Amino acid sequence: MATKQTQYLARSLLAPAVGLLFIWMIVPLALTLYFSTLHYSLLDPGSEVFVGLENFRYFLTDPAFIASLKNTLVLVGSVLVLTILLGIPLAMLLDQPVVGRNIVRLMVIAPFFVMPTVSALVWKNLLMHPVSGLFAWLTKLFGLTPIDWFNDVPMFAIILIVAWQWLPFATLILLTALQSLDEEQKEAAEMDGAGGLSSFIYITLPHLARPITVVILIETIFLLTVFAEIFVTTGGGPGLQTTNIAFLIYSQALIQFDVGSASAGGLVAVVIANIVAFFLVRIVGRNLEA
Amino acid sequence: MGQITLQGVQKAFGPVHIIKGADLDIADGSFVVFVGPSGCGKTTLLRLIAGLEDVTDGRILIDGKNVVAVPPAKRGLSMVFQSYALYPHMSVRGNIGFGLKMAGLAKDEINRKVEAAAATLNLTPYLDRKPRELSGGQRQRVAIGRAIVREPKGFLFDEPLSNLDAALRVQMRIEVTRLQKQLGTTAIYVTHDQVEAMTMADKIVVLNAGKIEQYGSPLELYEKPANLFVAGFIGSPKMNFVTGESALQRGAATIGVRPEHLKIERDGAGGWPGTIAVAEHLGSDTFLYVDAGPLGMLTARYIGELSLHAGDRVSLVPDPARIHRFNEAGNAIRG
Repeated sequence: MATKQTQYLARSLLAPAVGLLFIWMIVPLALTLYFSTLHYSLLDPGSEVFVGLENFRYFLTDPAFIASLKNTLVLVGSVLVLTILLGIPLAMLLDQPVVGRNIVRLMVIAPFFVMPTVSALVWKNLLMHPVSGLFAWLTKLFGLTPIDWFNDVPMFAIILIVAWQWLPFATLILLTALQSLDEEQKEAAEMDGAGGLSSFIYITLPHLARPITVVILIETIFLLTVFAEIFVTTGGGPGLQTTNIAFLIYSQALIQFDVGSASAGGLVAVVIANIVAFFLVRIVGRNLEA
Repeated sequence: MGQITLQGVQKAFGPVHIIKGADLDIADGSFVVFVGPSGCGKTTLLRLIAGLEDVTDGRILIDGKNVVAVPPAKRGLSMVFQSYALYPHMSVRGNIGFGLKMAGLAKDEINRKVEAAAATLNLTPYLDRKPRELSGGQRQRVAIGRAIVREPKGFLFDEPLSNLDAALRVQMRIEVTRLQKQLGTTAIYVTHDQVEAMTMADKIVVLNAGKIEQYGSPLELYEKPANLFVAGFIGSPKMNFVTGESALQRGAATIGVRPEHLKIERDGAGGWPGTIAVAEHLGSDTFLYVDAGPLGMLTARYIGELSLHAGDRVSLVPDPARIHRFNEAGNAIRG
C-alpha cells in the first residue's frame, strides 16, 4: 500500500481538509493576537491604535484577574473532587444487579444532556430560589431561615450546579471501567482473604486509576471555560465572587466593550489552560501509560 | 491435613439444577481431577468447594468440619484461576504476597515466604516485574505461587493450562504434578482435557450433566468404565460401540471395544469386515477409520506403521478379553 504513489495520493486528498482546518484555527488566533495589541474600544469606534503590550499589562494587573484566576481554580478543583468522590460510589451502586437497572442508569446520565443554560435556570428558579425554591421550602419545613444561595454562598452554589452536570459523565466513565474489571480478579482477592474494603482499596481503586485520570483531564478542559451557569445565575457577582477567567473576558468585551483587553485576556486564558494541562499530564498522565 | 468430603452436595441456579447431588471422598494429599464435557458442572463443583458459590443443599467437610457457611478465605484452600486473575497493578511480589498481607503477617515474614515460593517456581528474577511483562507460562507460575505461598490445605485448579500453547501445556502439566507431589498438598484440578486428567490424576471424577459418573484411578476408568459415558469419554481415540447381533450374542445391549484392542486382519473372514475410509499414519501409530457397513464407523489403532490405505478391505477382530459389555440402561455388566 505504502508506495510513493499512494502516499502522494493520500496527501493530496487530505490537503483540502487539513488546509481548511488550519485556516479555521489560524485566522481567529491571528486576529485575536492582532486585536490584543490595539487600543480597540467599541464605545470609541475608528480610534484603533497600536499600543503594544499595554492591553496585557492592563489585564494582568487588574485586581479582577487574580480574583477570577482563583475562582477558576476553586471551581475546577471543587467540581473535580465532588464528581470523582461521588462518582465512584455511584458507579459502584449502578454496577449492582437491580431491577430496572437500565432505566436507573438512563436517569442518572440524564443531567449530562441538559443544556447548561437550562440546568442553571432550573437550579436558580426551581431549587435555589430563596422564596419559591425547593430548598427554601425544605429549610422552612424544619423551621430554619432559607439560604439565599446566590448571595450568601454564590461560589458554592455554582459549584453545586456544575458538579451536578458533570457527575453523570464521571459516573458513566467509572461505571464502564468497573464493568471491565475481571470477575475472577475479585474472586481471587476474595480467596486471598480481602474483605469488601480491602478489595476496594487494593483491587477496584487501582483498576479505576486510568478512568479517573481520563475524567480529570476531560473535565478540566471543559471546566476551565464554564460560562453559561455563571451568566444565568450570578452574573459573576456579587462583586467578583463568581467571576472566572471566561466570564472576566466576556465582561471586558461585552460589558466594558474593550475588545483589545478581552483579546489579551483570551490569550492569557490559552496560556493558563496550557500551564494547567502541563501539570495535569505530569501528575496524573502517567496513569495513561499502558 | 486436607481431607475433603462432599455429602449430597447440590447446586441450583433458579430452576436449573447444575449439580444433582455429589458424594465424594478426597483423601489427604491426593491429586483429584474433575473431568467432563463443557457444561457438566465441574467448574461449579470446584467453586462450591472454594466457597465462591453457596451450596443449595448438602455438606462440604474439610478435615471433618462442615464449611458450607465458612467464607472462602477461611476454608484454607487456594485457587488458581483459568485467566490466572493476577492483580495487574501489583508486582509479582505483591501478587504472591497479597493473601499473606490480607492475613496480617509481618512484612519481613511475607517477604521470606514470597521469596521461598518464588524460588520453588523459578520466579526469583521476576519478583519486581508486573504481570504484563511476563510470558504466559510465567504468569501461570505466579498464579500457582499465589496459591502455594499460603500453605493451604488444598489447591483448587480451574482449567489452569487451557490458555497455554500445546508444548507449554505439557511442560506445565509435569511441573504442576511434580510440585503437588513435592508439597504433598491435596489438589483438585478441573479440566475438559482427558489427557491432562489421565496423566495428572491419582483419582479421576468423571462428571456428566451434574452427576458423578465414576470416581476412580485413571487405569480403573480405562479398564473398567462404569457406563457408556465414561467408556466413551476416557481414551483417545474414542471407544467403538457396537449394538445389534454382535452385542446380543455376548448378552449385552451394547458392547464397546477400544481401537487399540481391535486386531486388524487383511481380507480376513472373521470379525467385522469393512472398508478403510481414512488411514492416518503417524509413524508411531496408525489409525484406521473403517466403514463396517451395518455396524457404522469403527476406529482401529495399530502400534507402529501399517501399510494400509483408504479403500482397502480389512477385517477387525475384537480381543475377547477386552470387550466391555453394557446393558440397556448403559451401565457396565461385570463378570
